[in-house]
Amino acid sequence: MQWDIVIGLEIHVQLATKTKIFSGSSTAFGAEPNTQANAVDLAMPGTLPVPNEQAFRYAVMFGLATNAEIGRRSMFERKNYFYPDLPKGYQTTQLAQPIVGPGHVDIDLADGTNKRVRIHHAHLEEDAGKSLHEDYHGMSGIDLNRAGTPLIEVVTEPDMNTAEEAVAFAKKLHSLVTSLGICDGDMSQGSMRFDVNISLKPKGSETLGTRTETKNLNSFRFMEQAIAHEVERQMDILEDGGTIIQETRLYNGDRDESRSMRSKEEANDYRYFPCPDLLPVEIDDAFIEDARARLPELPDARKARFKEQYGLNDYDAGVLSGDAKLSAFFEETMAHGKDAKLAANWIQGEFSARLNAEEKSVAESPISGAQLGALVTRIADNTVSSAGAKKVFEALWSGENDNVDAIIDAKGLKQVSDTGALESMVDEVLAGMPDQVAQYQGEEDPKKRKKMLGGFMGPLMKASKGQGNPKLFNEILVRKLGD
Amino acid sequence: MHNKSVAELSKELESGKISSLELTQQFLDRLKREDGKYNSFITISDEQALAEAESADEMRAAGKATVWTGVPFAHKDIFCTNGVRTSCGSKMLENFVPPYDATVTEKFKAAGAVCLGKTNMDEFAMGSSNESSFFGAVTNPWGLSNGEKRVPGGSSGGSAAAVAARLVPAATGTDTGGSIRQPAALCGITGLKPTYGRVSRYGMIAFASSLDQGGPMARSAEDAALMMNVMAGFDPKDSTCIDRDVPDYTATLNEPLKGLKIGLPKEYFSEQLSPAMEEQVRNAVREYEKLGATVKEVSLPNAKLAIAAYYVIAPAEASANLSRFDGVRYGYRCADPKDLMDMYTRTRAEGFGNEVKRRILVGSYALSAGYFDAYYLKAQKVRRLIQQDFINAFKEVDVLMSPVTPSPAFIQGEKTTDPVSMYLEDVFTIAINLAGIPAMSVPAGFVDGLPVGLQIIGDYFSEARLLNAAHQFQQVTDWHQREPQ
Repeated sequence: MQWDIVIGLEIHVQLATKTKIFSGSSTAFGAEPNTQANAVDLAMPGTLPVPNEQAFRYAVMFGLATNAEIGRRSMFERKNYFYPDLPKGYQTTQLAQPIVGPGHVDIDLADGTNKRVRIHHAHLEEDAGKSLHEDYHGMSGIDLNRAGTPLIEVVTEPDMNTAEEAVAFAKKLHSLVTSLGICDGDMSQGSMRFDVNISLKPKGSETLGTRTETKNLNSFRFMEQAIAHEVERQMDILEDGGTIIQETRLYNGDRDESRSMRSKEEANDYRYFPCPDLLPVEIDDAFIEDARARLPELPDARKARFKEQYGLNDYDAGVLSGDAKLSAFFEETMAHGKDAKLAANWIQGEFSARLNAEEKSVAESPISGAQLGALVTRIADNTVSSAGAKKVFEALWSGENDNVDAIIDAKGLKQVSDTGALESMVDEVLAGMPDQVAQYQGEEDPKKRKKMLGGFMGPLMKASKGQGNPKLFNEILVRKLGD
Repeated sequence: MHNKSVAELSKELESGKISSLELTQQFLDRLKREDGKYNSFITISDEQALAEAESADEMRAAGKATVWTGVPFAHKDIFCTNGVRTSCGSKMLENFVPPYDATVTEKFKAAGAVCLGKTNMDEFAMGSSNESSFFGAVTNPWGLSNGEKRVPGGSSGGSAAAVAARLVPAATGTDTGGSIRQPAALCGITGLKPTYGRVSRYGMIAFASSLDQGGPMARSAEDAALMMNVMAGFDPKDSTCIDRDVPDYTATLNEPLKGLKIGLPKEYFSEQLSPAMEEQVRNAVREYEKLGATVKEVSLPNAKLAIAAYYVIAPAEASANLSRFDGVRYGYRCADPKDLMDMYTRTRAEGFGNEVKRRILVGSYALSAGYFDAYYLKAQKVRRLIQQDFINAFKEVDVLMSPVTPSPAFIQGEKTTDPVSMYLEDVFTIAINLAGIPAMSVPAGFVDGLPVGLQIIGDYFSEARLLNAAHQFQQVTDWHQREPQ
């Protein structure tokens, strides 16, 4: 049987405010447990919440960036449940009147088409603390540093039909919130967390199937795997004539397994009611216009500009405009290096590979855009070969030296571009390889000839101690070998 | 000294006849000697009081004294006091010492007032007789001479009894459904519940957040005005606190009452009120007529729904407000919990008293899926109707007058087994909290040797007018000066 997959997402986005949503404590990540939790965060008796204006501003900016209606009257509800890292015994969140109403985001797909994903709403709420289950001798530790960190929870319509679409949406959202500067986007620290709602229905059917929710996925890769896993699980059940139980599931990415967390019957009755400690917040035109004036260039506009200004192709422009920090890095590179295609290749190639290998973010890169730009300039003007450039990159990365030209000099990486010298090297090498020369000249197929040309490059580079300009060598070779 | 008012004690200190240290010591000695009869204090904080008295004397020597500098008083044990146990009348917080002050506490400290300790109260302010306190019932100073142990009212019963017994000249209270006015009436003192949002709730342990309001309890309207001058005002730490100028509440105490339009809500003079009580209240209203006021009957048609609406809204809010008492971070935790659920359930089963548990259950039920619309939403609609009744009434009259309670102080234990009859104690006070308007209880006579209170209800932010009306009444009557034997 053929199935349609229906996917909706709920995304928790931590807002990059300096202080918490209802208290003056710092939101910085990584401090000693409970050093960023004051009397309000600890829910000490008699303490009261005071809303953080910046969290509202960020939420409104998100709404404007997703073409959404802004809720003019924003209310908070209490969501009641007991958990040790939930200090008040309720989470302050929004239900009836969220700050961001219906909106939408357009995503680009690999086949070159794009798709509109509708956002049902996005609401403001406070994060919980963390329970620490290790190192406490059979007990649990509670760290309330995160308690009260502002979140927006973005809830989409079930508009996605493949894991690819869901991941494309998630990446687009990541790109949006980092570009807006309202979230640091650091998924390894939980700054964005995804819940995936999945259901299957017979192909073409109008009726939605029973859905499950897989919670707390914190990387794009796990999200993709979790969707594939859950689709397969549901398909197996349905094709065996079984029924899907509405439930919340947890996915273990390291083992590619999932298990049920709780069924609908076991779900809490959260007893939502309006929080009497917080008055409804009126969002007026002036506040919205102020937020609008703060909107930076958004990814779609940036992509268009990258194509226009730098002549990048659609793919390169898409990748480089997607992440705010990467975009900024690219533009810094371009301020110091003129060849956009070279810069794009180096950023997506060597640079990204090294960041990934060392699990570093762009911000943590030991190489600046200015340095990479200088290197790109030296590649473009034939001062170094790409092999030499890799050595320069290495020296920059390790911090051995921070000046591109100084590294080229010190390591003797400057290319020989003197045609006279290169010609005599070519003559010498060809003289030593008569069989290969004959074979080349006897070959008809241009593709094969081109490949065979590579066979001469090794010895040539060796002869020039790696300093011969490969481009010039190539030209000379073609001329000397003749047609 | 113990019979003097705040205003009089302030003059004594100013004249230099006595130092704050001496005055504080005298009050502490008397408090320790006498309170065995009433159990009106949970904690007497001698050490802190004497230290505050010393600083008060220094403040005065430096020429920085306010009216309150060096004057002793007490806080209801619901206001957090940095370094002094704040129990809220509960086993749950029996050993809780807050590392912060409530805003009200801070303000009295800044004025140089000397806090002698923390007064007894119904557990988490839930009760109308002060019998639900983990620290034992409070006995009303009135009726003791006949060998009767009567309730002081609640939940601010400790403050009311302490002021009536002259243990302190004044004390703070809080009022969610009548918890300042009802005990003030039963103990023959003066109490004011301000407009919701007039006094900061920060550091005042929450019962029902949309109804709770702190206010003064003293023997006279003048002293209540002096307390309001300290307590009232905007607080950036409380989002429901209103940013509005605070008048000098003593400045208008002597305005003449000629032309004051008084409304008598007919629903508050119903069969629930005993004829003897009604006579006292009507006598008091006649005094106002003599002072030049005019009187007419008005109607609050939805007043009869107030108790029902209140007992949905207040427990609903309380059910969430009290969730933080879970044994995880502070307060009581059961012994040897075997797992998390066991810790939660036994901590709360052992730490909360019966009335608190009853209200948590009622509140949780009212908020449950399937019942929310029928209970909580309906109660909120009723609340708006009640509010509208008062708004309409204040188009016709300046203030409303009524009894505070249906009957005088009852004997301890009389109503403890019948929660509904206990809830009806607040039948004349509860609607005021639902509407968020201010109201006072003023001593207005006696029935069977027990004090009767007159309730004066005003429009939003009319505290100055209420205090003025009460003060003028106290210039021509001496009910507020009667002392229990």
